[in-house]
Amino acid sequence: MQRRRFVLGSLAAPLARGASVLAGVGVLAAPARAQFKVDVSGIGATQIPVGIGVFRDPDNCPQPIAGIVRADLTRSGLFAVSNLGGQTLTEQGPPNYAAWRAQNLEAAAGGSVTPAASGRWLIEFRLWDAVKQADLGGLALTVLPGDLRLAAHKISDYIYQKLTGQRGVFATRIAYISKAGPHNFALNIADSDGANPQYALRSREPLLSPAWSPNGQELAYVSFETGKPVVFVQNVRSGARRMVANFKGSNSAPAFSPDGGTLAVVLTLTGRSQIYLMPSSGGTPRQLMRSYSIDTEPVFSPDGQSLYFVSDRDGGPQIYKVTLDGSGVQRITYTGGYNVSPAVSPDGKTLAYISQQGNSYQLWSINLASNATQLLDDGSDCGHPSFAPNGQIVLYSAGGRGSEVLKTVSIDGRVRSTLSQAGVQVREPSWGPWTPDR
Amino acid sequence: MRSTLVFTALAAALALGGCASPVPVKQAPVESKTATPVESGTAGANANGAGQNQVAAVQAPSESNAGPGPNVPKSIYFAFNSYTIESQYTPVLNANATYLMQHPQAHVQLQGNTDARGSREYNLALGQKRADAVMKALELLGVKPSQMEAISFGKEKPKALGDTEADYAENRRVDIVYQR
Repeated sequence: MQRRRFVLGSLAAPLARGASVLAGVGVLAAPARAQFKVDVSGIGATQIPVGIGVFRDPDNCPQPIAGIVRADLTRSGLFAVSNLGGQTLTEQGPPNYAAWRAQNLEAAAGGSVTPAASGRWLIEFRLWDAVKQADLGGLALTVLPGDLRLAAHKISDYIYQKLTGQRGVFATRIAYISKAGPHNFALNIADSDGANPQYALRSREPLLSPAWSPNGQELAYVSFETGKPVVFVQNVRSGARRMVANFKGSNSAPAFSPDGGTLAVVLTLTGRSQIYLMPSSGGTPRQLMRSYSIDTEPVFSPDGQSLYFVSDRDGGPQIYKVTLDGSGVQRITYTGGYNVSPAVSPDGKTLAYISQQGNSYQLWSINLASNATQLLDDGSDCGHPSFAPNGQIVLYSAGGRGSEVLKTVSIDGRVRSTLSQAGVQVREPSWGPWTPDR
Repeated sequence: MRSTLVFTALAAALALGGCASPVPVKQAPVESKTATPVESGTAGANANGAGQNQVAAVQAPSESNAGPGPNVPKSIYFAFNSYTIESQYTPVLNANATYLMQHPQAHVQLQGNTDARGSREYNLALGQKRADAVMKALELLGVKPSQMEAISFGKEKPKALGDTEADYAENRRVDIVYQR
């Protein structure tokens, strides 16, 4: 899609630079629990000026739909977002192309929120191209009140895809671990912007390493609730959970295969931490390869043909690749003495990982074709990176003990956000997949 | 409230599995429990009537520890990035080995811990390596492997909460924990 864009430093910049958005502010929706404070910094190399008009909505609508859409687009760093001077614009238009061009807008959107049957809400929206003077279509979504934010994120995704050509990730979800006290751990699921956090599991003992199933219906994770590390798989919607790996020793580091049928786990049946493959429904584990080193943190390549993992077979921990038959082990990282926690981009071309430099644990990426590396965050204590399903953003944890937060960075390093909760340590994030309803 | 906790039966599948694994595979326990419902209010969206956004909140049961062991030192400390048991801990190993051999019904969990630096999963593996070193040392002294389980807490359950070198040293540790 050929578009004229404002470049860095244009008049659009102040809208995004340093913008602070308090996520989850709903006038009538009392927050069920601590919400994230979201701070955004930086803007994309180019920004698309877009106006999101004031939607026609009744006072009792629990969520500010247009406001959520504006916050989504602003946070991405790729848009300079206005509210059309506070004017109401519905999906009926009419499009005021002349006025929009006078404001240098490339696109504008309007919409409405209407009560529907059975306590539901009808959200309608339409997007117009102000340059080509064209109707870019829209959405009509009928949702329960609890899914109003999801509807807003779907509108954001629609706009993002029409204007950037890339699929958006606003409607996806993230999972992460929170620690609110010495015996107060939780596995949480929130919207991609950190809003609407919900407990999937609460425990008095540590939880770590959540990993989404490819269909977004299940989470695998490690729980210490039985007194040692055990791998569980839990259905997010029903809460039904199963112990899939509770063998003698420690059980950890679960990762789903791209088809969802196989789980890679780390077991210590031989004393050392070794990688095994097992049916994700539970069953007999098969040792992938025998080494005399620590092998851990397996993640599947998107084609399902190989695993990336961490091993200390050459001394300090480094990232390696191995095919699923256990052959052809290939070392990936060479720079630095401590490279861990690989995350693979959805196109399989990039790894994000944590590298120790001096006393800092930094976020880096490596281009798997050229081996070129890029520093994404030189902060002192980064951890557990995870790619957004469109590959454009890396989500990770940062900060030391007592002040752990979640952060995002665009893969070009330009746009950053911090998601923090007062008094709560948040860590081990995992970005959920696109699903048919998201 | 839909937060029923179900441990689905997978042990049957484990037991029926073939012999592809080169190591013996222990059967996973099967339990059936009902979870303590989490206070309403933590599930705001459900109260709102969420459809696609619904998440069921489950409370995991608490850990239950069995009886304590005899009154002898039960911790072994390690140098930075080391899994070697220093000679000063020989009396600790001997005392615990003697007890375990005199009490064949006794069972210990060897709990490996690490300091706070680096990846959580990699630290879990480091703690395991320390616990495994203690297990092998006790085995050499004559303790039956069936009386021991080496596990790791990595950096997840630090005893010392500070960030000084003394705190780190306190957390580079294997605890010998008697379970019966």
